[in-house]
Amino acid sequence: MSDHETDIGALVRMANQIAKNFSHHRSDVASNEVAAHLHSFWAPSMRDQLVRYVDEGGDGLDPVPLTAARSLSVRR
Amino acid sequence: MSLLKEPDLGTPAVAGAATVDVCIDGLPVTVAPGTSVLRAAATAGINIPKLCATDSLDAFGSCRLCLVEVDGRPGTPASCTTPCTPGMQVSTQTPRLEKLRRGVMELYISDHPLDCLTCPANGDCELQDMAGAVGLREVRYGFDGENHLDAPTDDSNPYFSFDASKCIACSRCVRACDEVQGTFALTIAGRGFDSKVTAGAGESFMQSECVSCGACVQACPTSTLQEKTVIQLGVPQRTVLTTCAYCGVGCSFKAELRGDEVVRMVPYKDGGANEGHSCVKGRFAWGYATHKDRQLSPMIRESIGDEWRKVPWDEAIGYAASRLQAIQAEYGRGAIGGITSSRCTNEEVFVVQKMIRAAFGNNNVDTCARVCHSPTGYGLKQTFGTSAGTQDFKSVAEADVIVVIGANPTDGHPVFASRMKRRLREGAELVVIDPRRIDLVRSPHVEAKHFLQLSPGTNVAVVNAMAHVVVTEDLVDRAFVAERCEADSFAQWESFVALPENSPEAMEPITGVPAAELRAAARLYAGARNGAIYYGLGVTEHSQGSTMVMGMANLAMATGNIGRDGVGVNPLRGQNNVQGSCDMGSFPHELPGYRHVGDDTARHVFEDLWGKSLDPEPGLRIPNMFDAAIAGTYRGMYVQGEDIAQSDPNVKHVKAALASLDLLIVQDLFLNETAAFAHVFLPGTSFLEKDGTFTNAERRINRVRPVMAPKTGKQEWQITCELATAMGYSMDYANGSQIMDEIAATTPTFARVSFARLDEAGSLQWPCTEAAPDGTPIMHVDGFVRGKGHFVDTPFVPTDERTSRKFPLILTTGRILSQYNVGAQTRRTENVQWHGEDILEIHPHDAEERGIVDGSPVSIVSRVGETVLRARIADRMPQGVVYTTFHYPGSGANVVTTEYSDWATNCPEYKVTAVQVAPTSKLPVGAQPVGTQ
Repeated sequence: MSDHETDIGALVRMANQIAKNFSHHRSDVASNEVAAHLHSFWAPSMRDQLVRYVDEGGDGLDPVPLTAARSLSVRR
Repeated sequence: MSLLKEPDLGTPAVAGAATVDVCIDGLPVTVAPGTSVLRAAATAGINIPKLCATDSLDAFGSCRLCLVEVDGRPGTPASCTTPCTPGMQVSTQTPRLEKLRRGVMELYISDHPLDCLTCPANGDCELQDMAGAVGLREVRYGFDGENHLDAPTDDSNPYFSFDASKCIACSRCVRACDEVQGTFALTIAGRGFDSKVTAGAGESFMQSECVSCGACVQACPTSTLQEKTVIQLGVPQRTVLTTCAYCGVGCSFKAELRGDEVVRMVPYKDGGANEGHSCVKGRFAWGYATHKDRQLSPMIRESIGDEWRKVPWDEAIGYAASRLQAIQAEYGRGAIGGITSSRCTNEEVFVVQKMIRAAFGNNNVDTCARVCHSPTGYGLKQTFGTSAGTQDFKSVAEADVIVVIGANPTDGHPVFASRMKRRLREGAELVVIDPRRIDLVRSPHVEAKHFLQLSPGTNVAVVNAMAHVVVTEDLVDRAFVAERCEADSFAQWESFVALPENSPEAMEPITGVPAAELRAAARLYAGARNGAIYYGLGVTEHSQGSTMVMGMANLAMATGNIGRDGVGVNPLRGQNNVQGSCDMGSFPHELPGYRHVGDDTARHVFEDLWGKSLDPEPGLRIPNMFDAAIAGTYRGMYVQGEDIAQSDPNVKHVKAALASLDLLIVQDLFLNETAAFAHVFLPGTSFLEKDGTFTNAERRINRVRPVMAPKTGKQEWQITCELATAMGYSMDYANGSQIMDEIAATTPTFARVSFARLDEAGSLQWPCTEAAPDGTPIMHVDGFVRGKGHFVDTPFVPTDERTSRKFPLILTTGRILSQYNVGAQTRRTENVQWHGEDILEIHPHDAEERGIVDGSPVSIVSRVGETVLRARIADRMPQGVVYTTFHYPGSGANVVTTEYSDWATNCPEYKVTAVQVAPTSKLPVGAQPVGTQ
């Protein structure tokens, strides 16, 4: 599959938005939910791009999606 | 088939078991209590003459033609208004009755033009038939007396004519407008001899509040109300039963033809969705199918700056295939993808997603439902277990409280709205939750008990507040929840919504809805015997669209309003086959039947049948495709029957994405806005040429039958198969029926569906399985699809789109009755007479503050774009909110909408855009209609 480089700002915004909708959970539960959501609905190229961005520091990502993205990295 | 004339049993059917025995002309008949003698006779094959009676309307008893004699009773009662009673002995044909009927007919004919041979209804006229039936041979009164023969004809409506000289004042048109349509636009003005049918307050049909649904034309027993196409072409000769291609109601129609030419479309009484009713679009606006703008030849061009070149089919398909393969060779398997269309048949959609998964080798398939009801799919699957409305349309007749949220059924789903209004006139209560005061809030004989005029973007806050009332005022249906729902998720949800921050009082500053009003609405819904929720894009097209769908599902479960007639959570789907296109596996993460691509068992079913390994990972959604196109990694796209350059948000971004592609293939009827960026144009077929099925909002699978051969020479599924084959993956079917057989073989909810079965049953509502071979009108009756109902906490997360000093108003978008979606079809019909351009509705205060005059051009500026529309000052708008439609490309409604979208599905937030509006000297662009033939 080709590497779909999407505007990273859009991916960060989407990931943060997803996390806000799980913000009523404990943070570990919320990050698991976010990771599961990304795994189910995001194309691998988008997940990979987010993970790479997190590896580079993940600037702008809220803590919950940051943890979620790190767990995606482990899943790879 | 030859011309299908449906039997007319005179009066409506009465529900209940047949327990009343009567004897009519010596024949024993058993009917349900309350059945009229006229209907009982008709069921026994005895056709009593009638004129004012028809089985779509309540008995009226005015024409005095259906008189009968009843043993033991004096006089000659009208059989239409006389109910059968046990042991009744009825005579329908006696010398006395014959004389009376002949006398009545003499009176009618003495004041009726004797122009049968040149009358448009010659051969299709009940008055003519009755004259024959009663043996009328003379008119003793002559024809020189006072009469109505010079009464004027009203030709103002583009689709039908009203010739008052032929009117017999039977009131069928008036009653059809009242009882069937529910608009109450017609009346009988005057008394006695001066009685005449009048539209509005003595206006022309066009000037009146008539909505041109055609119910009056259908009900007219003479040629008084007559389709202009019949006047022009003559009475039809044959019928093809098919399905409307407009909204998600999916009305069944009789296409009535002379040869291959459509004379008229008449709603089919046995149509499960519409039961003989129609709207202005389905009934009349089908002329686009033969519009001069139709493209019938494949075309290609090297770049979008070149002229189109018409080429043979094989050249166009070979060109498209080779360019797609070249892109994949250079940029990878995932560098191409496609979009399916909710205007195409299930079969056409199924083969496109198959081509993408099997021939393209990826899951980069999405559908236009992404931008409308994708949150419905997510929300209902999470809570109930499947992505579908819970009820059939008929169910609304059992509802006691109807909650309409973010939907405008009288414009968007008019035939269903008529059903709903009928129930409301019978006494059901109505709650409307909408920023705009839609027509349902107050219209003839309908008034909402509670109108919660919330601020745009606060649906979730409102539904949480309603749930708070249910939980804290002990209105939960504990027995239902205990038996049918998960205890843990309910307990969690109950604690969540009971939090003080979810109370109506706490939410009032956010929603703008008075707490007391909201509390009353919640109590009304929760306390109803049957409470039903109907919703539209005003729910889904928000950044919290999926949350709101789950919020409504929570509310329905908590109050026990699921799993029987009269209740449920019901999405009103926008386009004709939104449900079907989703069912057919159009989403990048789901195979047909809503099974995740990562589900090995489901994927292997397709892999085994298709002989191809499939990608187990989700593909790109439409907005992801656009982003990747701009990034240069997504380079080839196949678009089936969608105009994404007009319908999708932030058009500037969409156009930039399309312009970035190496190859864009557009398959459509017309060279639409998207085609301006295309390299290959593959001409599509109209619904009059298609052979397949549509699935409507109630999961009803209806046959779409061709009334003529494809004008392009090919069915659309053939084009897709040839493209896949040219790319090296053979796809070959003899007909649409074979495709449905493959759908049934691979998709459990369609297991017992076939064309033969549909022809036999008329229609089937999925799940249609071995356990439910006749389909499933009501879902989740004994248990949810997922087992126990799942409650989901629904925190209110406000949209990031905010008003500011620079953009102080909220723009929300929608549609109107006469136009459909991007207008590609309806702009090419006479419907432009009702809506020739998109306009901006604005509250009088907001207009005055800005010096905006009604009808003047105004600029609408958001942070992503600017457009110009004409303003209409409308007090149905709340202060601070403006509204427009997106039916005309030039009006650019989606030039100003933003990229904000639903958190779970990326469904665009069309309903909330911060804008500024100001007077301008510019004129609206492209407001001129395309025009008709």
